[in-house]
Amino acid sequence: MFNVGIDVGAKTIKVVILRDGQPFAQYKGLAGMDTAESVEQAYTEALKEAGISRDQVKRVVSTGVGRKEVPFSDEEVTEVGADSKGIIFVMPNCRTCIDVGAEEGRAIRCDDGGKVRDFAVNEKCAAGAGSFVESMSRALELKLHEMGELSLKATRTVPMNAQCAVFAESEVVSLIHSDTTKEDIARSVHDAIASRIISMVRRVGIEPEIALIGGVSHNVGFVECLERGLETKVTIPDNAEFIGALGAALLAYEGSK
Amino acid sequence: MIANYGYMDGSGEYYISIDTDKCIECASRACLQVCPSQLFEIMTDDYDDEVAAIKKDGRRSLKYLCAECKPATGRGELPCQAGCPNDAIKHSW
Amino acid sequence: MTQEYWRWKENNWKSADKDWTKAEIVTAGIDVGSVSSQAVILADGELYAYASMRTGSNSPDSALNAITAAMEGTGLTLDKIHYIVGTGYGRVNVPFAHKAITEIACHARGANFMGGNKVRTILDMGGQDCKGIHCDEKGKVLNFLMNDKCAAGTGRGMEVMADLLSVPIAEVGPMSLEVKEDPPPVSSTCVVFAKSEAMSLLKQGWPKNKVLAAYCSAMAHRVVTLLERIGVEKEFFITGGIAKNIGVVSRIEKELGIKAIKSEYDSQIAGALGAALFGKALVEKGGKKK
Repeated sequence: MFNVGIDVGAKTIKVVILRDGQPFAQYKGLAGMDTAESVEQAYTEALKEAGISRDQVKRVVSTGVGRKEVPFSDEEVTEVGADSKGIIFVMPNCRTCIDVGAEEGRAIRCDDGGKVRDFAVNEKCAAGAGSFVESMSRALELKLHEMGELSLKATRTVPMNAQCAVFAESEVVSLIHSDTTKEDIARSVHDAIASRIISMVRRVGIEPEIALIGGVSHNVGFVECLERGLETKVTIPDNAEFIGALGAALLAYEGSK
Repeated sequence: MIANYGYMDGSGEYYISIDTDKCIECASRACLQVCPSQLFEIMTDDYDDEVAAIKKDGRRSLKYLCAECKPATGRGELPCQAGCPNDAIKHSW
Repeated sequence: MTQEYWRWKENNWKSADKDWTKAEIVTAGIDVGSVSSQAVILADGELYAYASMRTGSNSPDSALNAITAAMEGTGLTLDKIHYIVGTGYGRVNVPFAHKAITEIACHARGANFMGGNKVRTILDMGGQDCKGIHCDEKGKVLNFLMNDKCAAGTGRGMEVMADLLSVPIAEVGPMSLEVKEDPPPVSSTCVVFAKSEAMSLLKQGWPKNKVLAAYCSAMAHRVVTLLERIGVEKEFFITGGIAKNIGVVSRIEKELGIKAIKSEYDSQIAGALGAALFGKALVEKGGKKK
């Protein structure tokens, strides 16, 4: 029996396919301007790569910001619900789960059954999510993936005053003009977003083990700033970007038993 | 005067309002002591009154600076509001 | 050189019939803003000259630049001005000013002069901030809020959109009014997200004027929400660069159901004018001139 979880994020769409409740295949596609079209495309590709057909899938659960734009979904669940379900499956001792995506950041405290005890969300403002780093990388004329490595080579701490991504872009430009190195600016950017994420995590309470998931978990510069700010290590599970989709797939499996 | 310090962004409205008429005569200045983020200061306003205000550095990040007193659940009375003898402080969120 | 789609023009005005040499008290106000700086000179409390110039890389030079432009051709020099008040975000960096007063208090006082003492609610939309002020009949502030954290609802947000669409900023308002019926407002408040939203609307085939209409509506709605916190009275006055954007102003008026009070003066000088008025009051209060 196959079940599918589909996480429709702001930038990417993640699909996880389970066979008898165990991970079987996963796929990541880009979320284009037309969400419904991108969803259809990602689902078709995911099934094709896994070598199964649509009618073999018993139940589909969607999550993510675009979860309502999945016409073939049997159920929609919130990101918080999907994340907590997914993280406990791969990391049973996780009690605090930090999810930083392109347009949203969230912190979830859960119990051993994956039940949500508390959560806090940063949404609808680019300052608290991956978009902030992306805007700054543009101002620095760097590729997004270059930001992380560069940040690790920083030698000093440069404060960033602007909170808003739009104003911070101008601040980055003036830092470049005042001969601040790109390395130092990159760290300043990551420190800024890490501090916002940390204050959100503190609102739910920090209890080990701590997991970091979502697209921004690939950014080593952000991870370094987050760990330094939290004064503790965080665990980044394998396939950290797929945890939401995995959780949705697990809920689909439970719902079809 | 009602002074609203803070901001509104895509995620919500984060204002601390201070009714400065109520704090002109205040002798305790408790707000300076009770805020764990030390957000308050006493300043002379444009009409030469000595009143409480939110420090300039904090005005653009209240959502984060006040987070400590606002856990996601189980929130009690805010120290700044509880500490103010004249009931001059309000939060918008 | 790439065209700067988002700049307002500089300007300079002198009274044709007043003579500062005949005035008892000459005061000046200088508003150093993030995008532009204004200087206003008053002769016995009446508007004598003003200039609006771009803000340069530092506040002292920008302030000097603005006041020099205002004094140009009048024979007036800094030492002949009895009192100078600095305001705006760069107010503490005006070395030749006698006093610094916040832009909130100055805007209220300036609006009280420009729109008359009936003005109660003032909206100021600057290059990088947005202010709402509720004042009494003397122009004294009763309630205010300011937003300089987030680019949405500021001139900067509009610049980002104008730049994206390659539309000169001065044409944004008129263009947004070309649509027969207003489309739904852009749903994202955050400028970064609103920009992506606008791009996807363009991709769906929306013409530029329709996208601008959607953005002007969104901005108007945001400003109204902001004003509701301080309370809106129908004696309503708009200052700052956005007051020149008819696309935003008309939509704010529509949503509030009231018309903003019109003034013969340039809406951008409210802060500097208020500062100069404070200067005059301070000279009178002190009973002596410098």
